[in-house]
Amino acid sequence: MSRPSAAMTAEPGIAILASQLTATRRGKDLAASLWMWGALLVAIVPLGAIVLYLIQLGAGVISLEFVTSSIPISPREKGPGMGPAVAGTLLLTGLASALAIPLGVLAAVYLNEYGKRGRLATVVRFLADVMTGVPSIVMGLFIYSVWVLHFGLSGFAGALALACLMLPIVIRSTEEMLRLVPDELRQASLALGNTTWRTVVTVVLPAALPGIVSGAMLAVARAAGETAPVLFCVGIVSDVNWNAFSGSNTTLSAQIFANAQSPFVGAQDRAWGAAFTLVVLVFLLTVGARFVSARFTRKRGGL
Amino acid sequence: MEAGFRGLTVLAGLVVLAILGLIAWSTTSQAWDAFASQGLGFFTSSDWNPNQGRFGALAFIYGTVVISVIALVFAVPVSLGIALFVSEAAPPRVQTAIGYVIDLLAAIPSVVYGLWGVLVLAPVIGKSFFTAGVILGVMITPIVTSISREVLRTVPRAQREAALALGATRWETIRAAVLPWAKGGLVGAVMLGLGRAMGETIAAALVIGSSPQITLAIFGSGDSAAAVIVNQFGEAAGTHRSALIGLGVVLFLLTIGVNGAARAVVHRSEQAAGAV
Amino acid sequence: MTTTGRYVPLVLERRDDETTPASGGAAPDAATAPAVFDLDGLEVHYGEYRAVRDVDLRIAEHQITAFIGPSGCGKTTVLRCLNRMNDLIPGCRVGGSIRYHGVDLMGEDVDPVEVRRRIGMVFQKPNPFPKSIYDNVAFGPKIGGVRDRGTLDGIVEDALRKAALWEEVKDRLRKSALSLSGGQQQRLCIARTIAVQPEVVLMDEPCSALDPIATARIEDLMQQLKADYTIVIVTHNMQQAARVSDRTAFFTAEVSTAGDTRTGVLVEFDATDKIFSNPGDERTENYVTGRFG
Repeated sequence: MSRPSAAMTAEPGIAILASQLTATRRGKDLAASLWMWGALLVAIVPLGAIVLYLIQLGAGVISLEFVTSSIPISPREKGPGMGPAVAGTLLLTGLASALAIPLGVLAAVYLNEYGKRGRLATVVRFLADVMTGVPSIVMGLFIYSVWVLHFGLSGFAGALALACLMLPIVIRSTEEMLRLVPDELRQASLALGNTTWRTVVTVVLPAALPGIVSGAMLAVARAAGETAPVLFCVGIVSDVNWNAFSGSNTTLSAQIFANAQSPFVGAQDRAWGAAFTLVVLVFLLTVGARFVSARFTRKRGGL
Repeated sequence: MEAGFRGLTVLAGLVVLAILGLIAWSTTSQAWDAFASQGLGFFTSSDWNPNQGRFGALAFIYGTVVISVIALVFAVPVSLGIALFVSEAAPPRVQTAIGYVIDLLAAIPSVVYGLWGVLVLAPVIGKSFFTAGVILGVMITPIVTSISREVLRTVPRAQREAALALGATRWETIRAAVLPWAKGGLVGAVMLGLGRAMGETIAAALVIGSSPQITLAIFGSGDSAAAVIVNQFGEAAGTHRSALIGLGVVLFLLTIGVNGAARAVVHRSEQAAGAV
Repeated sequence: MTTTGRYVPLVLERRDDETTPASGGAAPDAATAPAVFDLDGLEVHYGEYRAVRDVDLRIAEHQITAFIGPSGCGKTTVLRCLNRMNDLIPGCRVGGSIRYHGVDLMGEDVDPVEVRRRIGMVFQKPNPFPKSIYDNVAFGPKIGGVRDRGTLDGIVEDALRKAALWEEVKDRLRKSALSLSGGQQQRLCIARTIAVQPEVVLMDEPCSALDPIATARIEDLMQQLKADYTIVIVTHNMQQAARVSDRTAFFTAEVSTAGDTRTGVLVEFDATDKIFSNPGDERTENYVTGRFG
């Protein structure tokens, strides 16, 4: 027993307040601090390197011309651009959002306003959680099997896959936001003789709107960067294709993947430029989502 | 009107079930050709030779497991360390700043991690299981950190104060009050990270080296299920394509299993926390 | 006794002429009981906001000292200064001086870990660890270096007996502490605190989450513990202060002229009987008779 007996009884009149820690205890505490600081350092090195490379190699390439002009046919060629990929990314994520967001919000309304703790709602909620973990490549293979094999490659097929990836994220974040809407609002509306559906549409959804928007933006950010489903369902082209329902298309992510494997400096530069563009887009969505939800919580806090 | 709206929302909820069911059915039926022609050999053989119609997927499954384990070995101590730093040691302003940065890093698409891996890391350390594992580890670190931080945030301050008031050091407080409370949630966070790593395609495909082999030499090149799908799908047809989709089925089952278990663990620990 | 590192023990002579304070009954004479805490001009800031100012207080050994006052009067803040629990609150600064047996509690050589081992704390809401009853009580001695199984068993039993919980839990020491009722949990927290053999036990509204029967048990317990420990209790329940304490400090909140901030001040500190029967300050009179907002 290493414990000093004097300290055990805390003899009155004697005050020893300086550290009584044994070397072991002190050592463990120090080791824990080293672990925490070390972890921070270990993470900062690669993650910082990625961001620095992106800025150094990507920002130099980027220009208005880069994001608008067409992709050179030959990978040897240096210079811009990534216009078709920017267009394709916007087109695909736009379509995917149009599919996933309304559906996701409706499903969340079911979970929070109708199903609640019931058995079906619990199952749907659990499966939506599980669905967020389905790898994007599996979603790609799924849409390939049910759509591309019958109707061919198209931007819409890619949008379907992206929508499947977005759907569970939208459902869960929207449900969280609906849960934050105070019950008093619902009761007030119901007391005025409104039906549940009118209450949901005119009271609950508007009250939760900023939160829903914020969650949807995060889902869009996730979808915008997906690569694997795009490769299977959309193919890859170097021209702009505004027709989502016919013919291959291309996105920033797919172009990064293709050009990253190229031995040519021109193509690699374009990969960095595309990566920079994509990351800026994703960061804008993420920061925007934070901003919107911060305003939302402030407003809620004031209620 | 009321019934119509309600029905609409129920339908939207059922879409989730429908999609998951359709994924299982459609991919399995596309993969059936390969499953039928290869039999159990699909899972037990590592002989993958599309030209001769032999599709043993074991090496890819092995590769997936190996790179996921390497990723976890890197990511778990780092993520947990940062999450503990943020929740137990950092001043509030630093907490917010780190939280913000972590969320941004978690949003970076995996293809960007892959790009950095193939153009910056691979020229230095080569393409291998190890390189792929490290890239995946770096990639899942922000996500695992972010979820762990949320979990640690649910530990009541009263728990920490109880330990401190007994004369515990910071580490003893973490051991006695923080970790036991957060255990379930942290296990869930790690498993969600594992699910991500297993399913990650693009980053792995770019740096793993694409040679299917079962070896303990983790600095040698290998291949993983997701990586081979994306690398060979373009030129595959017939049974080859069916076999690749079969690998997708394996991935689907693996990730569903891991995620389902992770969610269950998190859910149970949340309920335990809520009951107190 | 083993000591580590560079520290020099601070030893104070104990006066020989002290009298053992009577337990219960009339408040012992504060002038003769040796002081455990001496607070001089205590001031606490949270960031820009001053939560407490100018608290002068002398807390005597083996007495129960109660802090009472309306909410926001800083009584809990002052209590949390006594074992440096406020260190954990970001932006909190403590000014003035707190002497513990004459030693500056906020001195440079003072380790808050040692302070908290000597000065235990029981919180408003019972906060047992999600472990077994045994492990809850054994936690403090274990980190203090007690490894021997038999010694630990003895400490645990002794602490549980002192906390009047032994008879109720002796057959289920391995059960989760969370399976106990609220009142039992709070007594477990008291047992856990006294298992590290502190000198002082601080109690922050220990009965506010409990029913009247559990409250009565804890109050009885405090009377028994007084022989071994010095107790400081924060309570918003005036009957409780009157029932259990020897001396009472009444705090109130001063609202700033702008009306937007409240600062706690000590109004009066005296024998409990005097505070409740014949207070020296009108504000105390108003509060204890219920005329206070």
